[in-house]
Formats: sequence, C-alpha cells, structure tokens
Amino acid sequence: MIELRDIKKGFGDKEILKGVSATMESGKVNLIIGSSGSGKTVMMKCIVGLMTVNSGTILYNDQDFTAMDEHEKKAIRQEIGMLFQGSALFDSMTVEQNVMFPLDMFGKGSYKEKKKRVMECLDRVNLKDAAKRFPAEISGGMKKRVGIARAIVLNPKYLFCDEPNSGLDPQTSLLIDKLIKELTLEYTITTVINTHDMNTVMESGDHIIYMYQGVKQWEGSNEEIIFSKDEKLNDFIFASEFLRDAKEMRQMEMFRDKNWRERLPGDKPGK
Amino acid sequence: MEFRFFYHFGAYLLMLKGMFSKPENPKMYWKQLMQQSVDIGIGSLGIVFIISLFMGGVTTLQTAYQLVSPIIPKATIAQIVRDTIILEFAPTLTSIVLAGVVGSKIASELGNMRISEQIDALEIMGINTRGYLVMPKILGALLTIPCLVVIAGFLGIWGGKMAGEMAGIISNDEFIQGLRQELKIYNIFFALSKSYTFAFIISSVSAYYGYNVQGGALEIGKASTTAVVVSCVLILFSDYALSAILL
Repeated sequence: MIELRDIKKGFGDKEILKGVSATMESGKVNLIIGSSGSGKTVMMKCIVGLMTVNSGTILYNDQDFTAMDEHEKKAIRQEIGMLFQGSALFDSMTVEQNVMFPLDMFGKGSYKEKKKRVMECLDRVNLKDAAKRFPAEISGGMKKRVGIARAIVLNPKYLFCDEPNSGLDPQTSLLIDKLIKELTLEYTITTVINTHDMNTVMESGDHIIYMYQGVKQWEGSNEEIIFSKDEKLNDFIFASEFLRDAKEMRQMEMFRDKNWRERLPGDKPGK
Repeated sequence: MEFRFFYHFGAYLLMLKGMFSKPENPKMYWKQLMQQSVDIGIGSLGIVFIISLFMGGVTTLQTAYQLVSPIIPKATIAQIVRDTIILEFAPTLTSIVLAGVVGSKIASELGNMRISEQIDALEIMGINTRGYLVMPKILGALLTIPCLVVIAGFLGIWGGKMAGEMAGIISNDEFIQGLRQELKIYNIFFALSKSYTFAFIISSVSAYYGYNVQGGALEIGKASTTAVVVSCVLILFSDYALSAILL
C-alpha cells in the first residue's frame, strides 16, 4: 500500500501539487487522472522518487520514503517496476536483453535461471517470438508489452505506469489494460496508472484519483464515477456528447441492477 | 543552454561526486567500461590514423619550407617535426578532433537516453546512473585517449618521414638521424600528461551536457554542439596552463 500525506511540490514560485493526500491499495489498479497540467505526472514522479517533494510524506507499506537515505531508497526502488510513456527500452539491447537487464543487475542465479524467468515474462506478455528483435524493429504496442515484462521481471510489489495507452490504437490499449489488471491481481501488486484514457478509467480502474490544478478533486471507484455530481470531474470524463450518452446508459443499467441500487454511492470530495 | 558559469560548474562537480558509490553489480560496470573503451578507442582509430599521417606530412613540408639556410643540417627538420608532434600536435590536435568525434557521441548518447526516459528507467531500478553511465565513459576515455595520442605521435612522425622522402626534401636516413638527436623523455611525459587532462575534459564535459539535457531532439543537438565547443575551449585553455606550468 502507498499512502500520500499532504504532499506539496513546486518549481520556483509555481506550486504544482498543493497538498495531496491519497491511499493506493495493493492488489488494485489505482488511477491518477486529470487534464494536462493538473500535476499527475509530477505526483507520480514524486511517488517513485524521481522528484523530491517540498513537504509531506510518502509511505510505502508504512515506511516513510521521504525520510529515507539513498541506500534505503534503493532498496524500495528494487521493489518498483515502471512502465514509461515512451516505454524507455534500451535501444542497443534486444527485447530479451532489455528484460534480462534488471536480473543481470540485481538478480541472483545462473544465466539459465535468468533466461527462464525472462522467457516466462515474455510469454506472459505474449512476446516470446520477439525475444531476439531490437526495440526499433517492433511496434508501439509491443514496446509497451516489453516495458511491462521488464517491469515485472523482478516480481515488484509496486507497478507504476505512465500513460500506458498513449499512441496506441483502441484494441491494443484494451489489451495493455487487461494485461496490467491481470498482473495486478496475479501478483497482488499496488498498481498506479497515470492516464487520460477513458476506457482504462471505466474498465480497469479500481480506485480513481482525479487531480485538478494540483489538488485532489475527487476520489472513488469507477462505478462511483457514473453517479458523481462533481462538475469538474464530469466535464473531464464525459467531455463529449457520445460519452455523456454512454454515461446515462450505464446509469440506467446500474439502476436496473438491484445490488447496485442498494449501495448507491455518494461523492467523496478531495482534500 | 544559457551561459551560467557557476551554476554549470557546481552541477558538473556534483555529477562527478555522484559517480562514486558502491556499484550495484561490479560485473555489469566492468562490462560497461569495456564497451565504452572499445567505442571510444577502436571507434576513433580511423580518424586518428588519417589526421596523424597528414599532420606529420604537412609539418615536414612546412618546416622544410622555412628552413632554407644551407648552414642548418637537414636532420634538424626531423628533430623539429618530432618535437612539434610530441609536444603539441599529437596530444592537442588529436584531442580537439576527438572532442568532436567522442564528445558529440557521448553527449548525444546520454542526451537521447535522458529524453527517452532510459535514464529515469535506470534510476527507478535503483541504479546510480552517474556511476553506471558516466563513470565508465570517463574511465574508458582515460584508458584509450592517451593510447590514441601515442599512436597519433608515431603515425605523425612516420607520415612526416614519408612526406619528406616523397617530396625529395629529406632522405629516410637523415630523418631517422634527426629523430635520434636530443630526444627529451620529459617531452613524452608532458604529452601524456596533456592527453590524460584532455581525455578527462572531453569525456566529463560531454557527459555533463548530455546527462542534463532537457527538452527534445533539438536540445540533444544543442547539447552536443555545446559539449564540443566547451571541450575545445577547455582543451586550449588547459594546453596553455599545462605548458606554462610544466615546461
């Protein structure tokens, strides 16, 4: 579990995160959504330690990440897997070498054992056949899948994905979402996804944090989003006529469901 | 990149300080060092070979053109060529060319890794990127550039001998006789001192500009150019400083 307590981050006079508190639970897909410039990328970079917060606390399973020294942070980072927006694969290495890299750097065991683990991960993302190819020779969706394989090769406790669907067609996007969701449940990982993709929000987001101008505007599940009365959230999520219609249809479907009627959600306003 | 001397100097020193930490896996660091040594050393052999030969040839022809007095023995030409190449041309000219070849490669490689988030990916894995990416480049340059300078010295003198013979200025025997006259071993020590200093400047300055690129593809090009320009200026400045101190 990851817990954020009143984190603030700014660059010069400009305040980007204005005191955000949130909890990201393990075994769940936690989404950070928001329009461009709302602070979600900065928030993710602060959580993984690529940026330091100005104030506030970030807890990884009750361990204060912000108070750790470099050595302790390294230990936590080895439990983190991250999928970058542009995949961030090493150009000079093959797909297999890319996935093998974290094992070579930190993993123990023989080459045979490492290779077996790499093949397991590549098989899990359906890319066993592309093992000998270079990143320049594979498609964007395949690169994302290699990125996922590299992120999970050391069995991480935390998986971070920065815009995993950007630049992908809807079908591949769904495939990536499904894969991330399955891995989250399979390994009971705390998954945090930074996304704009409404499919991800509605299909795989267990817990959603909506950021607006550096503040947590709304927090809840993807089912609760349908009934949310938060104007800013509705404007952001259901921006088009088509999406508004889809929302109404979903609402009607959920009203018909007796179980849902009994636990009608209410808004959980942000801090 | 705007010119803010103290900001850049401070950040450069911090980058160098940040390189020193316990390697996560010494084997991987060793592999990286060997890879960089091959890239810098073997990768630059061709250009060093070409410039050294012509540098020696031109030095012989121009020295002979200026030494017209019949009182001065022809072997003096070889002596002047030898000392000019050892003292100045082999270390400085080679390093300036290497600043362009190796420096731009280091800056653009690290810049590309920064822009495409590969450096962030390594950081997230818990790897000290300064130690893993920058240090092997500096050590690789310190290992190979002095060797390239020595090769450049030999090839330059050989090129000078060939040019002298082909132009009918000085015979092989006279040239070799000149090479043997009053050779100061200290000059070789001086040339090597310069080559180590220049190797450090080329690799560390280029790594600094590449490692700290911000923006996109355009900025990688800018960082690469800045790295080469700053390296060349620092090479010339330290060339003067070392000459003033050591000679």
